[in-house]
Amino acid sequence: MGKKSLIQLNPGDKGKVQKIDAGGNATRRLYEMGFNTGSNVQVLKNDRGPLIVSLSGNKIAVGRGLAQKIIVEDLH
Amino acid sequence: MSFVDNDYHMVRGIQVNTIALVGNPNSGKTTLFNALTGSNQHVGNWPGVTVEKKEGKIKFNGKTYNIVDLPGIYSLGAFSEDEIVARDFILKNNPDIVINVVDATNIERNLYLTTQLLEMGAKIVIALNMIDEAEERNINLNIDALSEKLGAPVVPTIASKKKGIDELIKKSIELMEKDIEHKPHISYGESIDKEIEKVKDFLSNKNLEYPPQWIAIKLLEGDEYIYEFINNHEDLSSSEEFNKMVEQFKKNAEKYELEIIDKRYEFVNSITNEGVKRPDVMEETMTDKIDKILTHKYLGLPIFALIMLIVFQLTFAIGEDLLGGLVEEGIEILGGFIESFLISINSPDWIISFVAEGLIGGVGAVLEFIPLIVVLYMLMGILEDTGYMARAAYVMDNIMRALGLQGKTFISMIVGFGCNVPGIMATRTLDNKKDRMIATLINPFMSCGAKLPIYLVFIAAFFPDKGGLVLFFIYLLGIFIALLMAKIFSNTLFKGEPSYFIMELPPYRLPTLRNVLRNMWDNVSGFLKRAGTTIFAVVTILWVLAMLPIGVEPYGESSILGRIGSFIAPVFKPAGFGTWQAAVGLFAGIAAKEAVVATLGMVYAGVGEGTELIAAMQRVFTPLTAVSFMVMTLLYTPCAATIATIKKETNSSKWALFTVLYTFIIGWIAAVLVYQIGRLLGFS
Repeated sequence: MGKKSLIQLNPGDKGKVQKIDAGGNATRRLYEMGFNTGSNVQVLKNDRGPLIVSLSGNKIAVGRGLAQKIIVEDLH
Repeated sequence: MSFVDNDYHMVRGIQVNTIALVGNPNSGKTTLFNALTGSNQHVGNWPGVTVEKKEGKIKFNGKTYNIVDLPGIYSLGAFSEDEIVARDFILKNNPDIVINVVDATNIERNLYLTTQLLEMGAKIVIALNMIDEAEERNINLNIDALSEKLGAPVVPTIASKKKGIDELIKKSIELMEKDIEHKPHISYGESIDKEIEKVKDFLSNKNLEYPPQWIAIKLLEGDEYIYEFINNHEDLSSSEEFNKMVEQFKKNAEKYELEIIDKRYEFVNSITNEGVKRPDVMEETMTDKIDKILTHKYLGLPIFALIMLIVFQLTFAIGEDLLGGLVEEGIEILGGFIESFLISINSPDWIISFVAEGLIGGVGAVLEFIPLIVVLYMLMGILEDTGYMARAAYVMDNIMRALGLQGKTFISMIVGFGCNVPGIMATRTLDNKKDRMIATLINPFMSCGAKLPIYLVFIAAFFPDKGGLVLFFIYLLGIFIALLMAKIFSNTLFKGEPSYFIMELPPYRLPTLRNVLRNMWDNVSGFLKRAGTTIFAVVTILWVLAMLPIGVEPYGESSILGRIGSFIAPVFKPAGFGTWQAAVGLFAGIAAKEAVVATLGMVYAGVGEGTELIAAMQRVFTPLTAVSFMVMTLLYTPCAATIATIKKETNSSKWALFTVLYTFIIGWIAAVLVYQIGRLLGFS
């Protein structure tokens, strides 16, 4: 159970968003798309290209750069 | 033409109530709009305003209501252009009711927008849409609890099956007549609440056009739009007390902003805790399974290419081989009939010439391709309706990123395949200025439906067996040049980081015939309309020019048309098609791309243009010059409507002019390269 960046999670891993380590605009956009603190995410795909995550039942593609800035608590 | 005044509450001078539809992208908002307005209702894309904002009407108990479908958005910040459109409409046009379409399977995020609507003080009715899909996923929704907590009627709907629609209208109209009973209280935490109260106190007797509560929240969030509003408001900007307060907010804007968003979600959670129960374990859905293949790290891109190839092959197989002859024959028969009729009533020669060569030869040459265009738009509509387009953008992100752009930009390019005008409009969803500028400037290289007839004439004349393949490579070349220019632009004119990529991947759905047909008709009706207006006008002008000066051989080189063409023609000599007819055709194509074929049909053929035009092409062009001419038409200066759209969207004549010139140069260079290299390789 540690703090990780979303990009460090493997497919199938779950995490709880702790904070966003990005600039104002990116943070706001992420929040609006549902990556607010406390939300639960599950990584579905993380190989090449943007990650695909499941966020309260819907699928969102997140660029790798952006995913790096999403700090989550690793829940496995 | 729209008969709706700028004030949306008036229709033909009569007071009408307005209902606005607001919701997240992919919440089924447009489907609901169609279900509400019905297929026989007028769905007007407002030319020039935005393609995403649509208007329709419903009748209920003998009264007419205006329905406005606003762009799909996640938030009402003034962040990207589509958000500004939606927000301005709600704030400035004051719809009587806002129907907030909420995706029942994704209620947490959807309610974030709802929260912002509540902040605005809008009268809202929630359409809890796709309730069947939520049930399938065992998501348990307590409608009464949701309604109670939100202080708004909640109506379960299944827009695709037209369920819940009447109830939704009924509830909306009921609410129109009464005041909101209780507003839910959203707390932003003690310190922010206190600041809001301070602002509200100050604004309470100012009689402003926006609700004081909303202004207060936006000020704390550091919203630029509201700062501008205040600067322009004398009463406020002159108050020292107020300015001091605003200064204080500005300093803390970032902190406040995130805190406010967090509190909004806290509010949402307080609602969903009672109203929504999700199963603990999420099963792998069909969408997940399909995505494993379609977004696969190696297979994703080849699959995308294959899908596009199939689309073009099918377009050709169905649109040309199966249906192509029908319209063509019809026009020929009609043309022959009209001509003999005109002769039989002793019409003057010039009328016969105008009708036979101008109208039937010109406009008819364009109409012949309707079957193909119908098929292409239907296939693209099917792809769009399934949700695949978002995956295409996903698999393109890597390539786009290498070029300094992001995957979402690709969506606007795909839309450009239909028509560059909505393609350029689609860049409004990009929130980075650099992305948007580049996406706008490269869109003309995405080959639009109106260019299709040009390729088809040449394919029929020179490559009849390889139609689908030739089309595929033309479109591919368009994408390639667009991407190449994107790279060049992002290294020169618009430097800067590629913006971040975040995009929803909607669940796959079976396309509905209704949506596909509607989508197709939107495009095809535009095509028909252009044939009856722009193309008709161009053909008329060209016909007159081909007849003058009086006494000259019609369509001869010494007619005014011939002289204009001969003047331009040398420019295209290095590309292999330096005839005055080709030059005039390209020139006319700047009015509208269909005019290229219309012109060729007119100057080469006249009545019976179908086979005759093709035979004429075979006489004048060679396979190699046919290719170089197709490349030229693919890339050169876009049509007037596209140029006007670029001017409007970039808010600059400079960029519009830039596009006119640079696309022409690129097209010319490419056509010359094709011809010269082709000759060196021994083609003719």
